[in-house]
Amino acid sequence: MTTLDSSKETKKNNSEVNETHEDFRMFGLITFLIADGMTFAGFFAAYLTYKAVNPLPDGAIYELELPIPTLNTILLLVSSGTFHKAGKALLKDKNSDSQKWLFFTAFLGIIFLICQLFEYFHLPFGLTDNLFASTFYALTGFHGLHVTLGTLMILIIAWQSRINGGRLTSQNMFPLEAVELYWHFVDGIWVVLFIILYLL
Amino acid sequence: MTISIDPQKTKNQSLQPKGWLRYFSFSLDHKVIGIQYLVCGFLFYLIGGTLASAIRIELASPMSDFMPRDVYNQVLTLHGTIMIFLWIVPVVNGAFGNYLIPFYVGARDMAFPRLNAVAFWLIPPSGLMLVASYFVEGAAQAGWTAYPPLSITTPQSGQIIWILSVLLLGGSSIFGGINFIATIIKLRRPGLKLMQLPMYCWAMLGTSLLVVLSTPVLAGTLILLSFDIIANTGFFNPVLGGNVVVYQHLFWFYSHPAVYIMVLPAFGLVSEILPVHARKPLFGYTTMVFSIMGIVVLGLVVWAHHMFTSGTPPWMRLFFTIATAFIAVPTGIKFFNWVATLWGGKISINSAMLFSCGFIINFVFGGITGVALAQVPFDIHVHDTYFVVAHFHYIVYGGTVFIIFSSIYHWFPKVTGKMLNEKLGILHFIITFIGFNLCFAPQHWLGLNGMPRRVAEYDPQFQFVNQISSIGALLMAISTIPFLINVFLSVRKGKDAGDNPWNALTPEWLTSSPPPVENWEGEAPLVEEPYGYGKEISELK
Repeated sequence: MTTLDSSKETKKNNSEVNETHEDFRMFGLITFLIADGMTFAGFFAAYLTYKAVNPLPDGAIYELELPIPTLNTILLLVSSGTFHKAGKALLKDKNSDSQKWLFFTAFLGIIFLICQLFEYFHLPFGLTDNLFASTFYALTGFHGLHVTLGTLMILIIAWQSRINGGRLTSQNMFPLEAVELYWHFVDGIWVVLFIILYLL
Repeated sequence: MTISIDPQKTKNQSLQPKGWLRYFSFSLDHKVIGIQYLVCGFLFYLIGGTLASAIRIELASPMSDFMPRDVYNQVLTLHGTIMIFLWIVPVVNGAFGNYLIPFYVGARDMAFPRLNAVAFWLIPPSGLMLVASYFVEGAAQAGWTAYPPLSITTPQSGQIIWILSVLLLGGSSIFGGINFIATIIKLRRPGLKLMQLPMYCWAMLGTSLLVVLSTPVLAGTLILLSFDIIANTGFFNPVLGGNVVVYQHLFWFYSHPAVYIMVLPAFGLVSEILPVHARKPLFGYTTMVFSIMGIVVLGLVVWAHHMFTSGTPPWMRLFFTIATAFIAVPTGIKFFNWVATLWGGKISINSAMLFSCGFIINFVFGGITGVALAQVPFDIHVHDTYFVVAHFHYIVYGGTVFIIFSSIYHWFPKVTGKMLNEKLGILHFIITFIGFNLCFAPQHWLGLNGMPRRVAEYDPQFQFVNQISSIGALLMAISTIPFLINVFLSVRKGKDAGDNPWNALTPEWLTSSPPPVENWEGEAPLVEEPYGYGKEISELK
């Protein structure tokens, strides 16, 4: 963890006493992600309970085609790697490289969302058809919302890592680290979701 | 509102507005935010209390003659939601937590001041939205639990506003929880060990863990419920193949810990107040810490004891009965520690002490009925009767609200620099204590005899006992008057308190009253023994 530049921070908080303290923003973010993970845990628990005790009506379709979600899994896993590359590049003060990797990561995120929409439009069931359909859309939709927010944040930090006047530098890595952690979290949730929803 | 001013200009002046205006601003000062939480919560308490009075007036007679039946349902829904989400949770966590925790860890503010202000400012709009939902055609009438299919089949607009408002309040609660965890774990003054923290820090750490782990599940559940209402999905709608019991599981996974979110901070506060006014160290500090953490862990795995009549399979009943009974162990340890703290102490009988002792009496009663309710055969007999209402109010009113008042009497001198009037305070306590017990003790009998809760009409044979209960409620309403008079008089022309009127040793008393913006002139004091009563003060510093 980096140590905050005390003078800047204390002026903001209007303190007359200069004190340095550890940067605990990452700690707060991790706590938030645990909370966010609990939301998903609730959804997963509901889905698994339905699967165990609520029989679907006759003729309901609950087998899903695997190619698109498999492609999506690969896309997200690769994007985690490219994001990591962006961080490495920034650490070596190669801002333009970092920016390229970030844009590439955002591009992968957008492709993921397009694939997801493509899947939605070609599925044989709609939101209200049966319990499985509703849970499917709720789970993937909630995850898709996370991917959308993540992609937007990646685009923002990509803009911030521009060479002249960008605030994202090797001295100020926090925005990148925070979004990276969030992005890995969203990837991890997808892997769990893929296993529970598509493979089980 | 806060505006960003050139740092050069603000070198020696506060960014925040001065005087009373700062209480209406997006202030980042943890003390201002604490007061905002308290006053905002108290205003909602008055609204919720008015609704409670309306309920008791209606129940003074067996027929629904004071208000129609659906209005009664709306009133009780609004009463429950306001009291839980807008009075007890924000005040006992947000108000006292924000005011005290930075002092206790020796910090100048919370870990994330902006997040803190955001968490507070989510509350007034969502609270107003909730109150406004009453005037929308078809306000929510499914109770604070919003069980489907009732919440799906009753009018939709009010229920949706209710869900939105509870989601916002849950968000506020999560942000607050993150802030408390970061402050207590990360922002401690150098040299201050975890086991030297005042007990309220431990209580808030445990509470915040529960908030962070369980509130998101409620958020997810309510999102699914709103899908059911708006989009015609069937998650919880049996007609469409859904499962209402899943809602109950998810809901109680939050709402049982929510009871601890409401009562654990009160445990912490009473552990601060008793040693000061009994002039004795807190008895059994280490056991207190472990029993708080034990309650946190057990509190997460007992939720299905609310659902013994929901077709719960026998193994589940067995597990949840045993787990619930186990909670009595850490709670009992805490209870005996408080009594042992008082034992042989140099007790001063003042308002803060009286309310704390009232808490101990009421809480042990509510705790005993709680253990009784955990037993399946008994629970099935009294499920959804007034016995449950009585038990619940003994915990949240007799427990937590008594401690909120006790804490106000205890910390008012620190916050304002003025003493509260003791005579009015004792009068407030006597009326509250008698009124409370008169209102809720008879409800145990009503419940055992089978009077169902949440219904506007009842069997005429229960009328006399209900009227006793209503008289108690009237007394509780009256008890607010001496309190309000006391606060207004004392703020204007109360006796000056001085920095440390109780000769207390916890860090917030070692600064001026009211404290300066950054809590201390100079460095924060290191208090190694927050409960070192009985020793010379010079030995401790």
